[in-house]
Amino acid sequence: MSAPLPTPAPTPSTSRPASGGRDRSAARPRAPRRRHSADRPRRSVTLTVLTGLVLLYSLVPLVWLAISATKTQEGLFDSSGLWFDEDFALWENIARTLSYDDGVFVRWLLNTVLYVVLGAGGATFLAVLGGYGLAKFDFPGRRAVFAVVIGAVAVPGTALAVPTFLMFSELGLTNTPWAVIVPSLISPFGLYLMWVFTTEAVPAELLEAARIDGAGEALTFFRVALPLLGPGIVTVSLFTMVATWNNYFLPLIMIKDPDWYPLTLGLDAWNAQASAAGGEAVFDLVITGSLLTIVPLIAAFLLLQRHWRTGLAAGSVKE
Amino acid sequence: MTTTTRRLLRGLGLLCAAVLGTAACGGPDSADESLEGVSASDVRAALEKGGSITVWGWEPTLKQVVAGFEKKYPKVDVELVNAGSGNDHYTALQNAISAGSGVPDVAQVEYFALGQFALTRGVHDLSPLGADELEGTFAPGPWNAVRAFDGVHALPMDSGPMVLYYNKDVFDEHGIEVPTTWDEYVDAARALHKADPDVYITNDTGEPGLATSLIWQAGGRPYKTDGTEVAVDFSDEGSRAYAETWQRLLDEDLLAPVTSWSDEWYRGLADGTIATLPAGAWMPANFESGVPKASGSWRVAPLPQWQEGASDSAENGGSGLALPKAAENEELAYAFARYATTGDGVRARIEAGAFPATTADLESEEFLRAEFEYFGGQRANEIFAESSANVSEGWTYLPYQVYANSVFNDTVGKAYVSDTSLAEGLEDWRRSSVEYGREQGFTVVE
Repeated sequence: MSAPLPTPAPTPSTSRPASGGRDRSAARPRAPRRRHSADRPRRSVTLTVLTGLVLLYSLVPLVWLAISATKTQEGLFDSSGLWFDEDFALWENIARTLSYDDGVFVRWLLNTVLYVVLGAGGATFLAVLGGYGLAKFDFPGRRAVFAVVIGAVAVPGTALAVPTFLMFSELGLTNTPWAVIVPSLISPFGLYLMWVFTTEAVPAELLEAARIDGAGEALTFFRVALPLLGPGIVTVSLFTMVATWNNYFLPLIMIKDPDWYPLTLGLDAWNAQASAAGGEAVFDLVITGSLLTIVPLIAAFLLLQRHWRTGLAAGSVKE
Repeated sequence: MTTTTRRLLRGLGLLCAAVLGTAACGGPDSADESLEGVSASDVRAALEKGGSITVWGWEPTLKQVVAGFEKKYPKVDVELVNAGSGNDHYTALQNAISAGSGVPDVAQVEYFALGQFALTRGVHDLSPLGADELEGTFAPGPWNAVRAFDGVHALPMDSGPMVLYYNKDVFDEHGIEVPTTWDEYVDAARALHKADPDVYITNDTGEPGLATSLIWQAGGRPYKTDGTEVAVDFSDEGSRAYAETWQRLLDEDLLAPVTSWSDEWYRGLADGTIATLPAGAWMPANFESGVPKASGSWRVAPLPQWQEGASDSAENGGSGLALPKAAENEELAYAFARYATTGDGVRARIEAGAFPATTADLESEEFLRAEFEYFGGQRANEIFAESSANVSEGWTYLPYQVYANSVFNDTVGKAYVSDTSLAEGLEDWRRSSVEYGREQGFTVVE
């Protein structure tokens, strides 16, 4: 992002109260020629150009996708990728995407929503519970749990997909929605994040006060701790949501029945149609479908952006 | 997604298949089951009783077939599942058969891949149900393909007799004759590329299906299979003729470096930079949906010949319907396969633009007279049917052709991107195929 973040936390050093001897710069006489502060950041041409390049790099594929979604199949082949064709076929494309093959796209969309709500929602819930437990209760083996969680963060889901498939095959759960939902419930990174966040956000004194007042553990968690964890929950749910929404490999090996495909697999299947003898090439629908697929994610990010930023920075500064 | 990742994923998928096949699931007990004892009256009774079957296939006209079948037999419920096309489909099918669960009752299997399922007894021999009496019902190419491994392991659904599709506008523009021999084809390639450096005679980045079909047409018979004995040999005259001609096209950079079925390929077919396409008779449907802009520009010609005046042809692609053993509703499955390949389903498929494998249809006046608007009103079926009748005999694929094709690009593919010659590439391919055959327990005759 090129714009400076309007973070509320760092205030200009002038108005900052000297907190003991910790902030040594505050104790030193302030340099009168210092022109840059958090409010007036230093401008750097190099950094701006670099940020601009990265911005361009991330936006060009999106722009290409948005522009291409307005073209007919013929237009896709005829016209330049980064500008519009004469025909503006976006609405028609969307209508065809939603109705092609008896509206199977809508079914895939609902499947994806189901996987996200149950999978990512469940993953977030478990991460919050687990993170809270690890942060606020002292019990033997906590370090071991920490090591396992950190280790699990390092293992990509792709590497576990085949063993998971064999396990689910034994259970007879392959080719059912459970095969996608159950593995999605585990998010080591989410757990770690919640752990760190809870340590910072929920003061032990508060919990103690609640207990002294006679609240049970469940009540303490739901009524006292949970409201403080909002930003962390939003962050973790965004992470797990993106991961589940974009999940390709797990459903690829688990699900054969197109009725249970998520959008990622469905789009791939449409794309593969072009390479089957006698198949119907639907590049225009694949592109429009891809655009429709990312819209909910973009919307989620925009809506939850504020919470997300607060959450991500949590625990990064020791106050 | 980039091609590399997709290839990686596919590789992992295959690995999964391998893992499943050897360790996890130990193979189904159903291998000994046969259709012995199931009679035609059982099939009729099953149809009256009703039930449900699952069909795995990607062929688009299967939709119409399923609709027609369900209408004719209202008590039968058919679920059509597209479990991916090509390798994805075979991986999924092999997985299901090895695991013994989730197996479809009917599966579409391309002729080149049938051996894998026939020899491992993954699919039924349909002879006891009377399929062996269907000789003459189907064109010789597809019929031989389903009979290649002792028995009838699938009912031929479609066939792909090869022809040469060419962009007439491009040839007219440069005043070049449509080639009738492969020597003329090389000359035309030079002339076209010289007249307009953007134009290539065809595209090829190394495609096993095309290479084997051209070797087939040239009279080469690199594969021999007899039970579990196989032989691979690319030194016969036909294989050499192919390698020599294609080497000339490669040496002079006359082949467009565009991979078939990519969006770039569709674009090339549309804008005239790919001038011809040697392919099977299934291509018109792809032309119509994928290259609508070039409607009227393309025509169909007989495949160029290796010897002047000859009229040899070969099959390129094509698939049949097989009945995996682990499935339960053999009677209904067979009824469906018959309906789709010899019954009313054939008509439905032809109407939807598919190319049949049944002799009666290939010879019918109505079929032959059909004018293809896409090909400027040409009666293309006449050329397809002639090609179908001239498919040269005696060709077999390896029982593990799916694997062999998957390593084509690592071996022969080198000839397309480096100084390796095509002949060396073929030798390399032979070695890989032989090695894999040994690993799988085949007796490889050198």
